[in-house]
Amino acid sequence: MSVHPSGITKQPSYDVAVVGGGPAGLAATVATARLGRRVVLIDAGAQLGGQYWRHPDLSSAGAHDHAGHRDWEVFEALTERIRRHRQTGAAVHLAATQVWFIEPPGPDTGAPAWTLHLAPTCGVQDDRMPRTVRADRLILAPGCYDRQLPIPGWDLPGVMAAGGVQALLKGQRTLAGKRAVVAGTGPFLLPVAAQLARNGAKVVAVCEANRIGRWAKQPLALARTPAKLAEAASYGWSLARARIPYLTGTVVMRIEADSSGNQVGTVKLGRLRSDGGVQPRPKRLEVDLVALGWGFTPALELVSASGAETRVDVDRSLVAVVDDRQQSTVAGLYIAGEATGVGGAQLALAEGELAGIAAADATHLERSRVRALGREIRRLRAFAVAMHRSHPVPPRWSEWLTPETIVCRCEEVTYARVSEASTRLGATDARTLKLLTRCGMGWCQGHVCGFATAALAAAGQTRPLNAEDLRPLAKQFPCAPVPLGSLLED
Amino acid sequence: MSERDRPTSVTGAQVAANREPATIHLTLDGRELTARAGQSVGAALTQAGIRSWRRTRHGGRPRGLFCGIGICYDCLITADGVPNLRACLLLASDGMQLTSTGPESTPTTDGGAA
Ligand SMILES: Cc1cc2nc3c(=O)[nH]c(=O)nc-3n(C[C@@H](O)[C@@H](O)[C@H](O)COP(=O)(O)OP(=O)(O)OC[C@H]3O[C@@H](n4cnc5c(N)ncnc54)[C@H](O)[C@@H]3O)c2cc1C
Ligand code: FES
Repeated sequence: MSVHPSGITKQPSYDVAVVGGGPAGLAATVATARLGRRVVLIDAGAQLGGQYWRHPDLSSAGAHDHAGHRDWEVFEALTERIRRHRQTGAAVHLAATQVWFIEPPGPDTGAPAWTLHLAPTCGVQDDRMPRTVRADRLILAPGCYDRQLPIPGWDLPGVMAAGGVQALLKGQRTLAGKRAVVAGTGPFLLPVAAQLARNGAKVVAVCEANRIGRWAKQPLALARTPAKLAEAASYGWSLARARIPYLTGTVVMRIEADSSGNQVGTVKLGRLRSDGGVQPRPKRLEVDLVALGWGFTPALELVSASGAETRVDVDRSLVAVVDDRQQSTVAGLYIAGEATGVGGAQLALAEGELAGIAAADATHLERSRVRALGREIRRLRAFAVAMHRSHPVPPRWSEWLTPETIVCRCEEVTYARVSEASTRLGATDARTLKLLTRCGMGWCQGHVCGFATAALAAAGQTRPLNAEDLRPLAKQFPCAPVPLGSLLED
Repeated sequence: MSERDRPTSVTGAQVAANREPATIHLTLDGRELTARAGQSVGAALTQAGIRSWRRTRHGGRPRGLFCGIGICYDCLITADGVPNLRACLLLASDGMQLTSTGPESTPTTDGGAA
């Protein structure tokens, strides 16, 4: 596979390119354009908003109530400013467009600027769409996705990522099932359950692996973010009103098919003991939807491709290293939002704006704003750390796997094969485990099984998970699917 | 978002979406389905009670939506002859013909991405 050299097609050139149209990318675009730089905003979504402000196609969906959207007025204000910058030509928005590869500037590549290779998110290349764009500075704001752990039966239809269930509701007004269990860990399970119930599903239980008492060990972070407490309380109230049981210290440890054999029918629950082990509970729940989420993990393929330094965060996700101006370890590359560590939309907004100011070389002109953003980022980061400490992945999660459990959904690799590779075939690190088993080498390139595969590689050697375990599973080329023609010289 | 809010550069899929009627008619393996304008193929199938449209290569396991946001590739579908499109991201359009994938034709990653 050879990538065609840049410069064959006409390449639009900008001062700054922003990848990602969620809270971080929107704030970055507005800040950059406000400071007089020409900016191109590239987003895989057909509509701006990212995950937080995902919404139905407003041009055809008719009247829409934004009850499920927090801070909708912030979104409207940001998109209105982008609209005005587009009219003056200061900003360009490429929608439904994925960046599948980035070439850094510099002596290695010979390019004077960043080159981004583009492909449509869906379908075939459109003539009006540029295949590459160039920019002097690059801001990556690619967001995150649900983190998953394998569970026996988790590849049955009707088992979905919690965020995906919510995305169907928020973006498509479509209910993924009628009788649901929501399971995993983290505050995000609450709005998913509440939104399912509000839209007419019966939520039979929310299974939270951790105990709420863990939050009591984080009093300072909670006191500094009263809005987050109020938000959690309002979801708690929604759950109580809809009579949804909130089972703490509880996991879904097995998922079984219904009589057709082709979709989920029941789940078996387990109780997490204080020593971390899992004890089966006799109770089974009949459901047609299982929504699973173990927090979120950043989309790091573009960061990895850029060569920027990464590290393991408090929640054991691989994240990008940035300084107090959102600058990565690569000159001219700024990173904002969940990619620097999962912390929520408000943190993403603050980081995005700061990245925009920094990429526009304006930190000295905007001293007081930069200081205020820095304070906001530290305050919200402290809350994120408290959240991660309160909702860790259960340390002994692999005990609920059976030999037949699928670990890698794409390549259909079972836990038995992973165990064999790490104990008998000498796969002492994640890279070798990946090569021997093909875990993380299928279509999703490790987005779904990456964390589990890395964790199993470390566990096989009875050592803690480290960055070297996670890195081989975060490297993905191409970074997004690409029409074959784009890879050939044309 | 109103018309003037459309991006400066639009892709074919979006232009098509603007011209769609309120109710879209499409088929899966010949079976007739409806979708609302602006709905994804994955959402339309889910709404019709269809939960899988693909079988895996080795185990022949049924697959449909999992991540819902374009990262897992479980939901791959063929639309109007174009294979390996993500149903969760693909906009439904009037007259679209969808085809499910059996284990014998499930693509490998080595064959190149679409
Ligand atoms: C499914 C899901 C639902 C969520 N719902 C909520 C919620 O309701 N409330 C909440 O507080 N938090 C939610 N989150 C958490 C988190 O996403 C938000 O805190 C917030 O959206 C983060 O903002 P961001 O700008 O960092 O990333 P995002 O909002 O995720 O935006 C990133 C954008 O970058 C785009 N992108 C990524 N890679 C590429 C590429 N290669 N080329 C082009 N574009 C690319 C994505 O399509 C996306 O539009 C959710 C997360 C997920 C995964
Ligand atoms: S459901 Fe995961 S890519 Fe479509």
